Amino acid sequence: MVVGVLALQGDFAEHINILHQLDVDSLEVRTIDQLEQCDALIIPGGESTVMWKLLTETGIDQVIIKKAREGMPILGTCAGAIVLSDSHLNLIDITVERNAYGSQLQSFTDRISIENIGEIEAIFIRAPLITRAGDDVSILAHHKENPVFVHKGDILVATFHPELQESCCIHKYFLSEVACCSIEA
Amino acid sequence: MSNQNTLGENLAAMLKGGVIMDVVNAKQARIAENAGACAVMALERVPSDIRRDGGVARMSNPKLIKEIAEAVSIPVMAKVRIGHTAEARVLEALNVDFIDESEVLTPADPFDHIAKSDFKIPFVCGATNLGEGLRRIDEGAAMIRTKGEAGTGNVVEAVRHLKMIKKQIADLKSASKTDRSVFAETERIPVELLDRVLEIGRLPVVTFVAGGIATPADAALMMSLGAEGVFVGSGIFKSEDPAKTAEAIVQATVHFEDAALVAKVSEGLGDAMSGQNIEELETTLASRGW
Repeated sequence: MVVGVLALQGDFAEHINILHQLDVDSLEVRTIDQLEQCDALIIPGGESTVMWKLLTETGIDQVIIKKAREGMPILGTCAGAIVLSDSHLNLIDITVERNAYGSQLQSFTDRISIENIGEIEAIFIRAPLITRAGDDVSILAHHKENPVFVHKGDILVATFHPELQESCCIHKYFLSEVACCSIEA
Repeated sequence: MSNQNTLGENLAAMLKGGVIMDVVNAKQARIAENAGACAVMALERVPSDIRRDGGVARMSNPKLIKEIAEAVSIPVMAKVRIGHTAEARVLEALNVDFIDESEVLTPADPFDHIAKSDFKIPFVCGATNLGEGLRRIDEGAAMIRTKGEAGTGNVVEAVRHLKMIKKQIADLKSASKTDRSVFAETERIPVELLDRVLEIGRLPVVTFVAGGIATPADAALMMSLGAEGVFVGSGIFKSEDPAKTAEAIVQATVHFEDAALVAKVSEGLGDAMSGQNIEELETTLASRGW
């Protein structure tokens, strides 16, 4: 199994490092050809305006939609959450507000409790906010009553940055529960 | 290292692979955002104008910074003079995302840089070599950029500084423990910080390049040398077609390994900013700071 990490802009290297630690094959995705080689995809943190511009200019956006319809599992973190939401790729029924907490001085870390995973310290950097989630979207974690980690079908979304944490638990969850791939625990 | 400093390093990680563009007003900020900038840098004049006009270059007017922040949704950075703690406090009060303690402005303190660990807001600082970069990190910088030679449209100093940092790390890795201690002492940096750098083989914070990047190919060159992203100052708004040049530099930064694409985006850009030779400069900005 090859997990692609969208590498147009942002902290894709941090996701690749975690996949490497989990002994999973990974590929930096900057072209349609590279995306075609992937069995799953991670859309990293970064600036969603930049990522979206480059996604639509390269036509990678259309291939992500096509592959998602064919069942490709996708994890989106922070900017990735915005890209997957109803205002962009519309692959999960959520509405997301950009920079909802404010500027960098309002960035923070806090403990959140996740179903089946436990408590983790989540890192929110100029984070977006999920302001609406469809009825069939499972909310796996909240922070102060706001959903921050949600799942539906093949799509998993975090408004925080699991790739900046030491623990690989969110990536393990994505690989085992969403992508249904067996990994060494 | 404090939690807030780590948050700043985390924001720097989000900027990676991107282009941060100098802007002097809200209109330019919008052009930069639409072209795909991952952040904008607010300053009162672009470096080539500072060079031409002379005088004291200061932090931008707060009104302009506010207008720029309201015009865009991407992170907003702004420059303060080296050592000017009060300008930095003003920017923090304005709730910008990042502060650049910059040699492009006229230094305010002949003895000390800002004690950046005292701030919640993250700082990026310039460096010409390893010791200088580590002094800034020790003071609390969350991100480093090469100084290059701003406002010249000449990339040679940015290349020099990035290669110098890499070479010094490589040399010290194979040096004796004594030589490492001597380096740390001479450069006034903690041995523990140097040890950490030599263990990971790179600076411990996100490292961009700045100073003299004027064309898409310049950006691709810097990325191929290991830069994690690019600052472009005068190169955009002193070119013939800023919007198109900005887009092309973004494309070349992302797809730096794809020479055909760099060639394609470089076509029909009109004239790049006019450049200057380093030897002919009256003032080198890179020599400001220590």
